[in-house]
Amino acid sequence: MSAIPASILTDPVARPSRGKVGMASLIMMESCFFATFVVAYLFYIGKSATGPQPRDVLDLGPVIVNSIALFASSYTAIRSFRALAAGAIRAFEGWLLLTILLGGYFIVGTGLEWYGLITQHGLTITTNLFGTTFYSLVGFHAFHVIVGLVCLTGILVLSLRGHVKPRDAGRVELVGWYWHFVDAVWVVVFTVVYLVGRDGGTLTP
Amino acid sequence: MTSLPATPHRLGERRPWTAVVHEWATTVDHKRLGIMYVVTGMIFLVVAGLEGSAMRAQLTFAENKLISPEVFNQLFTMHGTTMVFLMGMPVLLGMANFLVPLQIGARDMAFPRLNAFGFWLFLLGSILLYFSYLGAPGLDGAAAAPDVGWFAYAPLTERPFSRGNSTDYWILGIMVGGFGSMTTAINLIATTLCMRCPGMTLMRMPLLTWMMLVVAILILTAIPVLTAAQVMLLFDRSLGAHFFDTQNGGDAVFWQHLFWFFGHPEVYILILPGFGFISEVIPVFSRKVIFGYPLMVAATVAIMFISLGVWAHHMFVVGLGPFLNSLFAATTFLVSIPTGIKVFNWLATLWGGHIRFTASMMFALGFLAMFVLGGLTGIMLAVVPFDWQLSDTYFVVGHFHYVLIGGLLNAIFAGLFFWFPKATGRLLSETLGKWSFWLLQIGFTLTFGPMHISGILGMPRRIAYYEPDRGWEIWNQISSFGVIFQILAVALFAWNVITSLRSGRRAGNDPWDAWTLEWATTSPPPEHNFDTIPVVGSRRPLWDSKHPEDPDSSYGA
Ligand code: HEM
Ligand SMILES: [Cu+2]
Repeated sequence: MSAIPASILTDPVARPSRGKVGMASLIMMESCFFATFVVAYLFYIGKSATGPQPRDVLDLGPVIVNSIALFASSYTAIRSFRALAAGAIRAFEGWLLLTILLGGYFIVGTGLEWYGLITQHGLTITTNLFGTTFYSLVGFHAFHVIVGLVCLTGILVLSLRGHVKPRDAGRVELVGWYWHFVDAVWVVVFTVVYLVGRDGGTLTP
Repeated sequence: MTSLPATPHRLGERRPWTAVVHEWATTVDHKRLGIMYVVTGMIFLVVAGLEGSAMRAQLTFAENKLISPEVFNQLFTMHGTTMVFLMGMPVLLGMANFLVPLQIGARDMAFPRLNAFGFWLFLLGSILLYFSYLGAPGLDGAAAAPDVGWFAYAPLTERPFSRGNSTDYWILGIMVGGFGSMTTAINLIATTLCMRCPGMTLMRMPLLTWMMLVVAILILTAIPVLTAAQVMLLFDRSLGAHFFDTQNGGDAVFWQHLFWFFGHPEVYILILPGFGFISEVIPVFSRKVIFGYPLMVAATVAIMFISLGVWAHHMFVVGLGPFLNSLFAATTFLVSIPTGIKVFNWLATLWGGHIRFTASMMFALGFLAMFVLGGLTGIMLAVVPFDWQLSDTYFVVGHFHYVLIGGLLNAIFAGLFFWFPKATGRLLSETLGKWSFWLLQIGFTLTFGPMHISGILGMPRRIAYYEPDRGWEIWNQISSFGVIFQILAVALFAWNVITSLRSGRRAGNDPWDAWTLEWATTSPPPEHNFDTIPVVGSRRPLWDSKHPEDPDSSYGA
């Protein structure tokens, strides 16, 4: 294509990284998936004909501690990726381990909450619409946290074996994007389930 | 497709068939994956076409006893599901796979292995769906293939009403295939945004690539909603949840909202690639640039947004109330504006052009005519009182077959005739192609035209029997008669493909004297597509290189 004047050959816009675009697209897709479950939750608030109702069984205290752990893990994740970019591998591993522990705490906390709901209050997915929507929404979020934990743990193991180098910071950060996204979803889930849904949860006759 | 020279091997070298299969099964080449998608999709076109023909056979005579109502229910469910998810999606995603990297001057998709993964997911999903014929009866033998309709309304799909496992196969097959579509969509977005060759700015991208980008975004917005709804249904059926369980407060209309929130964008996911094919074919065979390129892009993006807000026009008879009904009627009218803009742009491209009536071009013109008719009946259905009369009748069946067969299938054939030489190195026979064209248009009009009349006469869709005194029989008989022509058209096309693969005329790089980058490389292209990555200075890089004295690039396009 020799005929083209050289002046217009130059395309000033540099192309974005495909990893970032791919991860952003994945996050968009996941957002639509979660949005559907959130809408279902909102739609069915207060429509459970029989108990238990959210107000009777949802205990805010432990959930708030859980949430703080999860939000803190976003911060430690940022610290860890910064350390990697700066070449401080040990600091990177330390912050990463802390992130995993905080995420793990969140999962254990959710497990304990569910255990209590099932054994003390008899709330399962079949009990009523509250149970149906609650376990689906919170469960899918927890599932995503677990996926994130698996990825982070994988990175930590690779790093401990000496396979993660500062030049990988860009790729590792993509997992960070996912982790922050899972965190952001929790903001919505927490608001919908524990703030909005808890008091709207009684079928007022 | 033995004519595709495998890159590491010499042409003509005989290799055991297992080596060939192994090569195709392990490929991550976007062109081969694209071809596998299209071939699989065309096989399902035949399968679903036969299912449709069986239904037409049953409806030819009033009170016909050929097919039992149970089997009839399975037939229309599998026909619709197959055509949308197993024919439309793979053919279009396959064409996108094959063409987008070539059109933007890239060597492959952004994530080649993810791409292969998407194809195999799709294949697994389709096998799951058809495995239902064997596996769905389960232990209690209570079902065979899915029989709940392609939109699977609740509460019919709940455990008490749909026994056995057929609905579970419907859910899982489509869900797995949907994951395949979503990975492909991610790949398409990353490819178009990140892999364009130097000079290929967004506003220089071929319109097909633009439309595929928008389709990919729509896929990522709409399909997760269907997946989520299907997960809910699966939870209802296997865990005893109550999302759509009306006996425990669940809401059946909620399923309809979720399904159509996916379903309407889905019809645009299907038709936008068709628009893309037409937008490439018409300019080349009119020997003119596309009229109003920026407006075409803008209209495509507008369609993307509007199509996310019209879903309840499928639910006018549910009783949503005057406010919501009027709102969704209004948004539905709105979507016909950008669609109309496109039609006028194609017409303006044709206007004054040196039109070459190739088979591809004839299918493109067939698309224009039929799609406009289908769009008009669509606008009629968007008029709420009119829809109350005609919803769930054969009028609706007529409408969507005009847009999907007259529109989409014509566009697919236009695209296949256009790009077959690029994929295989051989031209399809023009004579056979024109025969296919006329047979398809005649058969299609005979089959789906009369459905508008039987619909207005009150014939509901999805019935296996009707009484002779309704006045529907003659229209049904014309409909069934038309099927013969359509079968001939498709059979002739298959014959055309087989013979042309062996002895079709050699295509050369650029048989149509076209302008986009896929025609700059050999036919079929080498595995790496381009020996040197091209550099473009306008929307028609090949025009520029063929006409150095008057390049587009000197007009700043
Ligand atoms: C001008 C644009 C269009 C308008 C205004 C329109 C309007 C409508 C309306 C109101 C219905 C619901 C009828 C009912 O069930 O009562 C409908 C059904 C349908 N339309 Fe369209 N439509 C348009 C274009 C399209 C296109 C381009 C496609 C696909 C390529 C399409 C595919 C369908 C399908 C598949 C159905 C039936 C779904 C079902 O009930 O199984 N439509 N359309
Ligand atoms: Cu629609």
